[in-house]
Amino acid sequence: MGLFDALLGKSKVAQPDLGHLFALSSAAVSLQATENLISTLRAGVCFKSLDAQSFSAARSEITGLLTLEDGSNAAATADSGVTLRETTDRYNYNWMVLNGTDFDTLVTRTHFVNSTLDDHGFGPLLLCSVFGFRPLDAKKDGAASTYLVYLFKQGTFYPFVPQAGERRNNEIELRIKNELGNELPIEPQLDRWFPMWDLPL
Amino acid sequence: MATQHRFPADHQLSARMTITIFFIGLLYAVFVAGLFAAHISVGIIVIFAGGFLVVQLFYSDRIALFSMGGKLVTEQQAPQLYGVVSRLTSMADMAMPKIAVAETDIPNAFATGRNQKHSVVCVTTGLLRRLTEPELEAVLAHELSHVAHRDVAVMTIASFLGIMAGMLTRVLMWSGMFGGMGGNSRNNQNNSGGNIFAIEMALMAFSALIYAISFVLIRTLSRYRELAADRAGAILIGNPNMLATALQKVSGEMARIPSRDLRAAEHFNAFYFAPALAPGVSLSTLFSTHPSLQKRLDALAKLDAQMRQQIS
Repeated sequence: MGLFDALLGKSKVAQPDLGHLFALSSAAVSLQATENLISTLRAGVCFKSLDAQSFSAARSEITGLLTLEDGSNAAATADSGVTLRETTDRYNYNWMVLNGTDFDTLVTRTHFVNSTLDDHGFGPLLLCSVFGFRPLDAKKDGAASTYLVYLFKQGTFYPFVPQAGERRNNEIELRIKNELGNELPIEPQLDRWFPMWDLPL
Repeated sequence: MATQHRFPADHQLSARMTITIFFIGLLYAVFVAGLFAAHISVGIIVIFAGGFLVVQLFYSDRIALFSMGGKLVTEQQAPQLYGVVSRLTSMADMAMPKIAVAETDIPNAFATGRNQKHSVVCVTTGLLRRLTEPELEAVLAHELSHVAHRDVAVMTIASFLGIMAGMLTRVLMWSGMFGGMGGNSRNNQNNSGGNIFAIEMALMAFSALIYAISFVLIRTLSRYRELAADRAGAILIGNPNMLATALQKVSGEMARIPSRDLRAAEHFNAFYFAPALAPGVSLSTLFSTHPSLQKRLDALAKLDAQMRQQIS
Protein backbone atom coordinates (compact mmCIF):
# COMPACT_ATOMS: atom_id res chain seq x y z
CA MET A 1 0.00 0.00 0.00
CA GLY A 2 1.39 3.36 -1.03
CA LEU A 3 2.04 6.32 1.19
CA PHE A 4 -0.85 8.30 -0.25
CA ASP A 5 -3.30 5.47 0.21
CA ALA A 6 -2.20 5.22 3.83
CA LEU A 7 -2.56 8.96 4.33
CA LEU A 8 -6.02 8.94 2.81
CA GLY A 9 -7.17 5.83 4.63
CA LYS A 10 -7.77 3.92 1.43
CA SER A 11 -7.12 0.22 1.18
CA LYS A 12 -7.00 -1.47 -2.16
CA VAL A 13 -9.44 -4.34 -2.35
CA ALA A 14 -7.48 -7.57 -2.73
CA GLN A 15 -8.21 -9.21 -6.06
CA PRO A 16 -8.15 -12.98 -6.50
CA ASP A 17 -5.42 -14.81 -8.37
CA LEU A 18 -6.94 -17.72 -10.27
CA GLY A 19 -3.85 -18.46 -12.33
CA HIS A 20 -2.42 -21.28 -10.28
CA LEU A 21 -5.50 -23.50 -10.17
CA PHE A 22 -4.46 -25.44 -13.26
CA ALA A 23 -1.17 -26.40 -11.64
CA LEU A 24 -3.26 -28.82 -9.61
CA SER A 25 -3.45 -31.35 -12.45
CA SER A 26 0.19 -32.36 -12.23
CA ALA A 27 0.14 -32.07 -8.44
CA ALA A 28 -2.67 -34.62 -8.30
CA VAL A 29 -0.48 -37.10 -10.18
CA SER A 30 2.36 -36.65 -7.69
CA LEU A 31 -0.05 -36.90 -4.80
CA GLN A 32 -1.13 -40.30 -6.05
CA ALA A 33 2.46 -41.43 -6.56
CA THR A 34 3.77 -40.32 -3.19
CA GLU A 35 0.81 -40.46 -0.82
CA ASN A 36 -1.42 -42.92 -2.66
CA LEU A 37 -4.19 -40.32 -2.66
CA ILE A 38 -6.68 -39.72 -5.47
CA SER A 39 -9.24 -36.99 -5.93
CA THR A 40 -12.74 -37.51 -4.59
CA LEU A 41 -13.76 -35.55 -7.71
CA ARG A 42 -15.45 -33.01 -5.52
CA ALA A 43 -14.40 -29.45 -4.88
CA GLY A 44 -15.83 -26.53 -2.98
CA VAL A 45 -15.65 -22.82 -3.70
CA CYS A 46 -15.85 -20.69 -0.58
CA PHE A 47 -16.81 -17.02 -0.60
CA LYS A 48 -18.38 -14.45 1.66
CA SER A 49 -22.14 -14.67 1.92
CA LEU A 50 -24.02 -12.45 -0.43
CA ASP A 51 -27.63 -11.57 -0.32
CA ALA A 52 -29.64 -13.67 -2.73
CA GLN A 53 -30.68 -10.76 -4.90
CA SER A 54 -27.24 -9.59 -5.93
CA PHE A 55 -26.00 -13.11 -6.35
CA SER A 56 -28.74 -14.45 -8.61
CA ALA A 57 -27.23 -13.22 -11.89
CA ALA A 58 -23.89 -14.89 -11.21
CA ARG A 59 -25.57 -18.07 -10.06
CA SER A 60 -27.80 -18.44 -13.10
CA GLU A 61 -24.78 -17.99 -15.37
CA ILE A 62 -22.90 -20.68 -13.46
CA THR A 63 -25.72 -23.21 -13.38
CA GLY A 64 -26.67 -22.40 -16.97
CA LEU A 65 -23.22 -23.06 -18.37
CA LEU A 66 -22.50 -26.06 -16.20
CA THR A 67 -25.69 -27.83 -17.25
CA LEU A 68 -25.10 -26.87 -20.87
CA GLU A 69 -21.69 -28.49 -20.71
CA ASP A 70 -23.29 -31.42 -18.95
CA GLY A 71 -25.82 -31.87 -21.73
CA SER A 72 -23.19 -31.88 -24.45
CA ASN A 73 -21.12 -34.70 -23.04
CA ALA A 74 -23.82 -36.65 -21.25
CA ALA A 75 -23.65 -39.28 -23.96
CA ALA A 76 -19.94 -39.85 -23.44
CA THR A 77 -20.10 -41.10 -19.88
CA ALA A 78 -22.96 -42.38 -17.87
CA ASP A 79 -22.20 -40.64 -14.59
CA SER A 80 -21.23 -37.19 -15.84
CA GLY A 81 -24.15 -35.41 -14.20
CA VAL A 82 -23.07 -32.12 -12.71
CA THR A 83 -24.30 -31.54 -9.22
CA LEU A 84 -24.00 -28.09 -7.79
CA ARG A 85 -24.77 -27.86 -4.13
CA GLU A 86 -24.90 -24.65 -2.12
CA THR A 87 -24.48 -24.45 1.62
CA THR A 88 -23.53 -21.91 4.25
CA ASP A 89 -20.97 -22.80 6.89
CA ARG A 90 -20.77 -21.77 10.53
CA TYR A 91 -18.60 -18.76 9.73
CA ASN A 92 -21.29 -17.49 7.38
CA TYR A 93 -19.39 -18.21 4.22
CA ASN A 94 -21.14 -19.60 1.16
CA TRP A 95 -20.01 -22.81 -0.47
CA MET A 96 -20.62 -24.01 -3.99
CA VAL A 97 -19.78 -27.69 -4.05
CA LEU A 98 -19.34 -29.25 -7.47
CA ASN A 99 -18.14 -32.49 -8.96
CA GLY A 100 -16.38 -33.65 -12.10
CA THR A 101 -16.00 -36.82 -14.08
CA ASP A 102 -12.25 -36.59 -13.87
CA PHE A 103 -9.85 -34.35 -12.07
CA ASP A 104 -9.10 -32.05 -15.01
CA THR A 105 -12.81 -31.44 -15.56
CA LEU A 106 -13.22 -30.70 -11.88
CA VAL A 107 -10.40 -28.15 -11.95
CA THR A 108 -11.80 -26.55 -15.10
CA ARG A 109 -15.26 -26.30 -13.59
CA THR A 110 -13.91 -24.87 -10.36
CA HIS A 111 -11.97 -22.31 -12.32
CA PHE A 112 -15.10 -21.48 -14.26
CA VAL A 113 -17.18 -20.94 -11.11
CA ASN A 114 -14.48 -18.72 -9.63
CA SER A 115 -13.92 -16.66 -12.73
CA THR A 116 -17.66 -16.18 -13.18
CA LEU A 117 -17.98 -14.91 -9.62
CA ASP A 118 -14.99 -12.66 -10.28
CA ASP A 119 -16.51 -11.34 -13.51
CA HIS A 120 -19.65 -10.43 -11.63
CA GLY A 121 -17.60 -8.34 -9.22
CA PHE A 122 -17.41 -10.77 -6.33
CA GLY A 123 -13.66 -11.32 -6.66
CA PRO A 124 -12.84 -9.48 -3.42
CA LEU A 125 -15.24 -11.76 -1.55
CA LEU A 126 -13.64 -15.03 -2.68
CA LEU A 127 -11.85 -16.84 0.15
CA CYS A 128 -10.64 -20.21 -1.09
CA SER A 129 -11.33 -23.33 -3.13
CA VAL A 130 -10.94 -26.75 -1.58
CA PHE A 131 -10.23 -30.05 -3.35
CA GLY A 132 -10.82 -33.37 -1.62
CA PHE A 133 -8.52 -36.40 -1.85
CA ARG A 134 -9.01 -39.92 -0.52
CA PRO A 135 -6.77 -42.98 -0.22
CA LEU A 136 -6.66 -44.99 -3.44
CA ASP A 137 -7.83 -48.18 -1.74
CA ALA A 138 -10.75 -46.61 0.16
CA LYS A 139 -14.24 -47.26 -1.12
CA LYS A 140 -15.30 -45.13 -4.04
CA ASP A 141 -17.72 -42.72 -2.39
CA GLY A 142 -15.72 -42.55 0.82
CA ALA A 143 -15.10 -39.22 2.48
CA ALA A 144 -11.96 -37.28 1.72
CA SER A 145 -9.07 -37.68 4.11
CA THR A 146 -6.88 -34.92 2.76
CA TYR A 147 -7.69 -31.55 1.28
CA LEU A 148 -5.79 -29.07 -0.80
CA VAL A 149 -6.91 -25.53 -0.10
CA TYR A 150 -6.27 -22.77 -2.62
CA LEU A 151 -6.15 -19.27 -1.15
CA PHE A 152 -7.30 -16.85 -3.82
CA LYS A 153 -5.77 -13.65 -2.53
CA GLN A 154 -2.37 -15.16 -1.85
CA GLY A 155 -2.44 -17.43 -4.91
CA THR A 156 -1.07 -20.29 -2.81
CA PHE A 157 -2.08 -23.78 -1.74
CA TYR A 158 -1.83 -25.59 1.55
CA PRO A 159 -2.72 -29.13 2.60
CA PHE A 160 -5.27 -29.80 5.31
CA VAL A 161 -5.55 -33.20 6.97
CA PRO A 162 -8.35 -33.14 9.55
CA GLN A 163 -8.70 -35.80 12.19
CA ALA A 164 -11.39 -36.66 14.68
CA GLY A 165 -12.07 -34.11 17.41
CA GLU A 166 -11.02 -31.04 15.42
CA ARG A 167 -7.38 -32.05 15.32
CA ARG A 168 -5.20 -32.06 12.29
CA ASN A 169 -2.26 -34.18 11.26
CA ASN A 170 0.48 -31.58 10.87
CA GLU A 171 3.04 -34.26 10.11
CA ILE A 172 1.29 -35.39 6.94
CA GLU A 173 0.54 -31.77 6.01
CA LEU A 174 4.21 -30.82 6.19
CA ARG A 175 5.17 -33.94 4.28
CA ILE A 176 2.73 -33.05 1.49
CA LYS A 177 4.16 -29.54 1.51
CA ASN A 178 7.60 -30.95 0.78
CA GLU A 179 6.32 -33.38 -1.83
CA LEU A 180 4.30 -30.82 -3.77
CA GLY A 181 6.62 -27.88 -3.22
CA ASN A 182 8.00 -28.09 -6.75
CA GLU A 183 4.67 -28.29 -8.47
CA LEU A 184 2.42 -25.99 -6.49
CA PRO A 185 3.03 -22.61 -4.90
CA ILE A 186 2.64 -23.68 -1.26
CA GLU A 187 1.69 -20.94 1.21
CA PRO A 188 5.00 -20.13 2.95
CA GLN A 189 3.40 -18.57 6.04
CA LEU A 190 2.26 -21.49 8.14
CA ASP A 191 -0.08 -19.30 10.18
CA ARG A 192 -2.19 -18.93 7.07
CA TRP A 193 -2.89 -22.66 6.98
CA PHE A 194 -6.11 -22.20 8.86
CA PRO A 195 -8.15 -25.29 9.60
CA MET A 196 -11.52 -25.75 7.93
CA TRP A 197 -13.63 -28.06 10.02
CA ASP A 198 -16.87 -29.58 8.76
CA LEU A 199 -16.04 -29.08 5.11
CA PRO A 200 -19.20 -29.56 3.04
CA LEU A 201 -17.56 -31.74 0.37
CA MET B 1 -17.70 -5.58 -15.69
CA ALA B 2 -14.30 -4.98 -14.22
CA THR B 3 -14.09 -5.93 -10.58
CA GLN B 4 -12.33 -2.75 -9.58
CA HIS B 5 -15.45 -0.79 -10.39
CA ARG B 6 -17.69 -2.64 -8.04
CA PHE B 7 -16.76 -0.44 -5.12
CA PRO B 8 -16.38 3.11 -6.31
CA ALA B 9 -13.91 5.21 -4.36
CA ASP B 10 -15.40 7.78 -2.05
CA HIS B 11 -13.81 10.84 -3.63
CA GLN B 12 -15.55 13.23 -1.31
CA LEU B 13 -14.12 11.54 1.76
CA SER B 14 -10.66 11.43 0.16
CA ALA B 15 -10.87 15.11 -0.71
CA ARG B 16 -11.89 16.06 2.81
CA MET B 17 -9.10 14.02 4.27
CA THR B 18 -6.59 15.59 1.88
CA ILE B 19 -7.70 19.07 2.89
CA THR B 20 -7.46 18.20 6.59
CA ILE B 21 -3.99 16.73 6.16
CA PHE B 22 -2.96 19.79 4.15
CA PHE B 23 -4.02 22.09 6.97
CA ILE B 24 -2.18 20.00 9.54
CA GLY B 25 0.92 20.27 7.35
CA LEU B 26 0.41 23.98 6.95
CA LEU B 27 0.06 24.37 10.68
CA TYR B 28 3.37 22.54 11.16
CA ALA B 29 5.01 24.99 8.79
CA VAL B 30 3.47 28.02 10.53
CA PHE B 31 4.54 26.69 13.92
CA VAL B 32 8.13 26.04 12.89
CA ALA B 33 8.31 29.38 11.10
CA GLY B 34 6.96 31.11 14.19
CA LEU B 35 9.60 29.51 16.36
CA PHE B 36 12.35 30.52 13.94
CA ALA B 37 11.04 34.07 13.81
CA ALA B 38 11.20 34.28 17.60
CA HIS B 39 14.79 32.99 17.50
CA ILE B 40 13.85 30.25 19.91
CA SER B 41 15.92 27.13 19.92
CA VAL B 42 13.47 24.32 20.26
CA GLY B 43 15.98 21.49 20.23
CA ILE B 44 15.03 20.18 23.64
CA ILE B 45 11.33 20.32 22.90
CA VAL B 46 11.76 18.51 19.60
CA ILE B 47 13.84 15.83 21.32
CA PHE B 48 11.27 15.39 24.09
CA ALA B 49 8.29 15.38 21.78
CA GLY B 50 10.12 13.18 19.29
CA GLY B 51 10.98 10.71 22.02
CA PHE B 52 7.37 10.70 23.07
CA LEU B 53 6.34 10.05 19.48
CA VAL B 54 8.74 7.14 19.04
CA VAL B 55 7.68 5.56 22.32
CA GLN B 56 4.04 5.97 21.40
CA LEU B 57 4.60 4.52 17.95
CA PHE B 58 6.68 1.54 19.00
CA TYR B 59 4.87 0.65 22.18
CA SER B 60 1.37 1.59 21.07
CA ASP B 61 0.24 -2.02 21.10
CA ARG B 62 1.54 -2.69 24.60
CA ILE B 63 0.43 0.67 26.00
CA ALA B 64 -3.05 0.24 24.59
CA LEU B 65 -3.44 -3.31 25.81
CA PHE B 66 -2.11 -2.43 29.22
CA SER B 67 -4.38 0.54 29.77
CA MET B 68 -7.45 -1.37 28.62
CA GLY B 69 -6.59 -4.53 30.51
CA GLY B 70 -6.53 -6.52 27.28
CA LYS B 71 -4.93 -9.95 27.44
CA LEU B 72 -3.51 -11.68 24.38
CA VAL B 73 -5.33 -14.92 23.69
CA THR B 74 -4.07 -18.00 21.88
CA GLU B 75 -5.84 -19.86 19.12
CA GLN B 76 -6.81 -22.58 21.62
CA GLN B 77 -8.41 -20.05 23.97
CA ALA B 78 -10.46 -18.28 21.32
CA PRO B 79 -10.78 -20.57 18.28
CA GLN B 80 -13.91 -18.85 17.01
CA LEU B 81 -12.31 -15.38 17.10
CA TYR B 82 -9.20 -16.73 15.36
CA GLY B 83 -11.35 -18.43 12.77
CA VAL B 84 -13.19 -15.25 11.88
CA VAL B 85 -10.08 -13.05 11.82
CA SER B 86 -7.91 -15.50 9.87
CA ARG B 87 -10.55 -15.79 7.17
CA LEU B 88 -10.91 -12.02 6.96
CA THR B 89 -7.15 -11.46 6.74
CA SER B 90 -6.86 -14.13 4.06
CA MET B 91 -9.63 -12.53 2.08
CA ALA B 92 -8.04 -9.08 2.41
CA ASP B 93 -4.50 -10.44 1.93
CA MET B 94 -3.28 -8.98 5.21
CA ALA B 95 -0.97 -10.29 7.92
CA MET B 96 -2.66 -12.01 10.84
CA PRO B 97 -2.79 -9.66 13.84
CA LYS B 98 -2.43 -10.72 17.44
CA ILE B 99 -5.77 -11.05 19.17
CA ALA B 100 -6.59 -9.84 22.65
CA VAL B 101 -9.66 -9.88 24.83
CA ALA B 102 -10.36 -7.28 27.52
CA GLU B 103 -12.47 -8.32 30.47
CA THR B 104 -14.91 -5.45 30.54
CA ASP B 105 -18.59 -5.19 29.98
CA ILE B 106 -18.34 -2.12 27.75
CA PRO B 107 -18.99 -3.42 24.25
CA ASN B 108 -16.06 -2.20 22.22
CA ALA B 109 -13.12 -3.13 20.05
CA PHE B 110 -9.90 -1.44 19.03
CA ALA B 111 -6.92 -2.03 16.81
CA THR B 112 -3.43 -0.84 17.60
CA GLY B 113 0.18 -1.30 16.55
CA ARG B 114 2.35 0.72 14.21
CA ASN B 115 2.09 -1.64 11.23
CA GLN B 116 0.39 -4.83 10.10
CA LYS B 117 3.07 -7.08 11.57
CA HIS B 118 2.82 -5.55 15.02
CA SER B 119 -0.89 -5.05 15.11
CA VAL B 120 -3.21 -6.20 17.84
CA VAL B 121 -6.97 -6.39 17.56
CA CYS B 122 -8.70 -6.30 20.92
CA VAL B 123 -12.34 -6.97 21.67
CA THR B 124 -14.08 -6.71 25.00
CA THR B 125 -16.04 -9.54 26.56
CA GLY B 126 -19.00 -7.14 26.56
CA LEU B 127 -18.81 -7.00 22.77
CA LEU B 128 -18.54 -10.79 22.44
CA ARG B 129 -21.60 -11.22 24.63
CA ARG B 130 -23.78 -8.71 22.82
CA LEU B 131 -23.11 -9.21 19.12
CA THR B 132 -24.11 -12.08 16.88
CA GLU B 133 -21.36 -13.71 14.88
CA PRO B 134 -21.93 -11.81 11.59
CA GLU B 135 -22.04 -8.54 13.56
CA LEU B 136 -18.83 -9.40 15.36
CA GLU B 137 -17.24 -10.16 12.01
CA ALA B 138 -18.32 -6.73 10.75
CA VAL B 139 -16.71 -5.03 13.74
CA LEU B 140 -13.50 -7.04 13.25
CA ALA B 141 -13.47 -6.07 9.56
CA HIS B 142 -13.70 -2.41 10.64
CA GLU B 143 -10.77 -2.86 13.01
CA LEU B 144 -8.70 -4.70 10.39
CA SER B 145 -9.31 -1.76 8.06
CA HIS B 146 -7.80 0.54 10.70
CA VAL B 147 -4.75 -1.73 10.62
CA ALA B 148 -4.66 -1.74 6.81
CA HIS B 149 -4.91 2.07 6.75
CA ARG B 150 -2.07 2.35 9.29
CA ASP B 151 -4.28 4.58 11.39
CA VAL B 152 -2.20 4.30 14.54
CA ALA B 153 0.93 5.53 12.74
CA VAL B 154 -0.89 8.27 10.84
CA MET B 155 -2.77 9.56 13.87
CA THR B 156 0.31 9.41 16.11
CA ILE B 157 2.38 11.39 13.63
CA ALA B 158 -0.48 13.83 13.07
CA SER B 159 -0.75 14.31 16.83
CA PHE B 160 2.97 15.10 17.04
CA LEU B 161 2.36 18.76 16.27
CA GLY B 162 -0.23 19.01 19.01
CA ILE B 163 2.11 17.35 21.50
CA MET B 164 4.94 19.69 20.55
CA ALA B 165 2.84 22.83 20.71
CA GLY B 166 1.26 21.74 23.97
CA MET B 167 4.67 21.04 25.48
CA LEU B 168 6.05 24.41 24.39
CA THR B 169 3.04 26.17 25.88
CA ARG B 170 3.67 24.52 29.22
CA VAL B 171 7.44 25.10 29.16
CA LEU B 172 6.92 28.77 28.36
CA MET B 173 4.30 29.07 31.06
CA TRP B 174 6.73 27.76 33.68
CA SER B 175 9.67 29.77 32.42
CA GLY B 176 7.34 32.76 32.20
CA MET B 177 6.43 32.38 35.86
CA PHE B 178 9.95 31.72 37.17
CA GLY B 179 12.02 33.43 34.50
CA GLY B 180 9.63 36.41 34.68
CA MET B 181 10.30 36.91 38.36
CA GLY B 182 14.04 36.58 37.77
CA GLY B 183 13.74 39.08 34.96
CA ASN B 184 12.28 41.68 37.33
CA SER B 185 15.43 41.78 39.43
CA ARG B 186 17.60 42.05 36.35
CA ASN B 187 15.42 44.85 35.10
CA ASN B 188 17.43 47.29 37.18
CA GLN B 189 20.41 46.79 34.88
CA ASN B 190 18.56 47.00 31.56
CA ASN B 191 15.05 46.53 30.28
CA SER B 192 15.75 43.58 27.94
CA GLY B 193 14.27 41.26 30.55
CA GLY B 194 10.88 42.80 29.99
CA ASN B 195 11.30 42.35 26.29
CA ILE B 196 12.08 38.67 26.65
CA PHE B 197 9.10 38.30 28.92
CA ALA B 198 6.82 39.87 26.32
CA ILE B 199 8.21 37.65 23.57
CA GLU B 200 7.72 34.61 25.76
CA MET B 201 4.12 35.55 26.46
CA ALA B 202 3.44 36.13 22.78
CA LEU B 203 5.06 32.83 21.90
CA MET B 204 3.01 31.08 24.55
CA ALA B 205 -0.19 32.47 23.11
CA PHE B 206 1.02 31.49 19.64
CA SER B 207 1.73 27.88 20.57
CA ALA B 208 -1.49 27.64 22.55
CA LEU B 209 -3.34 28.78 19.44
CA ILE B 210 -1.47 26.24 17.30
CA TYR B 211 -2.34 23.58 19.86
CA ALA B 212 -6.04 24.48 19.73
CA ILE B 213 -6.18 24.44 15.95
CA SER B 214 -4.26 21.19 15.68
CA PHE B 215 -6.61 19.65 18.23
CA VAL B 216 -9.62 20.40 16.05
CA LEU B 217 -7.84 19.28 12.87
CA ILE B 218 -6.69 16.00 14.38
CA ARG B 219 -10.16 15.25 15.65
CA THR B 220 -11.51 15.99 12.19
CA LEU B 221 -8.98 13.65 10.63
CA SER B 222 -9.87 10.98 13.17
CA ARG B 223 -13.55 11.18 12.24
CA TYR B 224 -12.77 10.89 8.53
CA ARG B 225 -10.60 7.88 9.20
CA GLU B 226 -13.42 6.22 11.12
CA LEU B 227 -15.67 6.69 8.11
CA ALA B 228 -12.94 5.28 5.85
CA ALA B 229 -12.56 2.23 8.11
CA ASP B 230 -16.35 1.75 8.18
CA ARG B 231 -16.36 1.81 4.43
CA ALA B 232 -13.42 -0.54 3.89
CA GLY B 233 -14.73 -2.93 6.54
CA ALA B 234 -18.19 -3.05 4.98
CA ILE B 235 -16.65 -3.69 1.57
CA LEU B 236 -14.49 -6.48 2.98
CA ILE B 237 -17.47 -8.41 4.31
CA GLY B 238 -19.59 -7.36 1.34
CA ASN B 239 -22.40 -6.19 3.56
CA PRO B 240 -22.66 -2.60 4.88
CA ASN B 241 -25.92 -3.39 6.67
CA MET B 242 -24.25 -5.83 9.03
CA LEU B 243 -21.81 -3.17 10.22
CA ALA B 244 -24.70 -0.74 10.60
CA THR B 245 -26.57 -3.23 12.79
CA ALA B 246 -23.49 -3.81 14.94
CA LEU B 247 -22.95 -0.06 15.31
CA GLN B 248 -26.51 0.49 16.40
CA LYS B 249 -26.35 -2.33 18.88
CA VAL B 250 -23.09 -1.16 20.43
CA SER B 251 -24.07 2.49 20.60
CA GLY B 252 -27.58 1.78 21.79
CA GLU B 253 -26.40 -0.49 24.56
CA MET B 254 -23.66 1.83 25.66
CA ALA B 255 -26.05 4.54 26.69
CA ARG B 256 -27.21 2.28 29.51
CA ILE B 257 -23.81 1.63 31.04
CA PRO B 258 -23.05 3.50 34.29
CA SER B 259 -20.96 6.57 33.63
CA ARG B 260 -18.10 5.87 36.03
CA ASP B 261 -16.86 2.86 34.13
CA LEU B 262 -17.23 4.73 30.92
CA ARG B 263 -15.16 7.68 32.03
CA ALA B 264 -12.35 5.38 33.01
CA ALA B 265 -12.11 4.33 29.38
CA GLU B 266 -12.50 7.75 27.86
CA HIS B 267 -8.92 8.80 27.21
CA PHE B 268 -8.71 5.89 24.88
CA ASN B 269 -11.30 6.92 22.38
CA ALA B 270 -9.10 7.55 19.35
CA PHE B 271 -8.55 3.91 18.55
CA TYR B 272 -11.95 2.64 19.50
CA PHE B 273 -14.73 1.25 17.39
CA ALA B 274 -17.38 3.37 19.09
CA PRO B 275 -16.36 6.03 21.59
CA ALA B 276 -17.01 5.35 25.24
CA LEU B 277 -18.67 8.59 26.11
CA ALA B 278 -20.56 8.89 29.33
CA PRO B 279 -24.28 9.32 28.78
CA GLY B 280 -25.39 12.91 28.89
CA VAL B 281 -21.99 14.24 27.93
CA SER B 282 -22.57 16.31 24.84
CA LEU B 283 -19.28 17.23 23.29
CA SER B 284 -19.62 19.45 20.30
CA THR B 285 -19.10 17.48 17.11
CA LEU B 286 -16.01 19.57 16.49
CA PHE B 287 -14.14 17.84 19.30
CA SER B 288 -15.26 14.25 19.03
CA THR B 289 -12.98 11.51 17.69
CA HIS B 290 -15.82 9.56 16.11
CA PRO B 291 -18.52 10.73 13.72
CA SER B 292 -22.04 10.62 15.04
CA LEU B 293 -23.85 7.32 14.79
CA GLN B 294 -26.29 8.84 12.33
CA LYS B 295 -23.47 9.99 10.05
CA ARG B 296 -21.90 6.56 10.06
CA LEU B 297 -25.21 4.85 9.37
CA ASP B 298 -25.97 7.27 6.54
CA ALA B 299 -22.57 6.63 4.96
CA LEU B 300 -23.09 2.87 5.19
CA ALA B 301 -26.58 3.11 3.70
CA LYS B 302 -25.16 5.13 0.81
CA LEU B 303 -22.47 2.51 0.22
CA ASP B 304 -25.08 -0.23 0.29
CA ALA B 305 -27.11 1.56 -2.37
CA GLN B 306 -23.98 2.04 -4.50
CA MET B 307 -23.10 -1.63 -4.26
CA ARG B 308 -26.59 -2.67 -5.28
CA GLN B 309 -26.56 -0.31 -8.22
CA GLN B 310 -23.24 -1.72 -9.41
CA ILE B 311 -24.56 -5.26 -9.37
CA SER B 312 -27.90 -4.74 -11.05
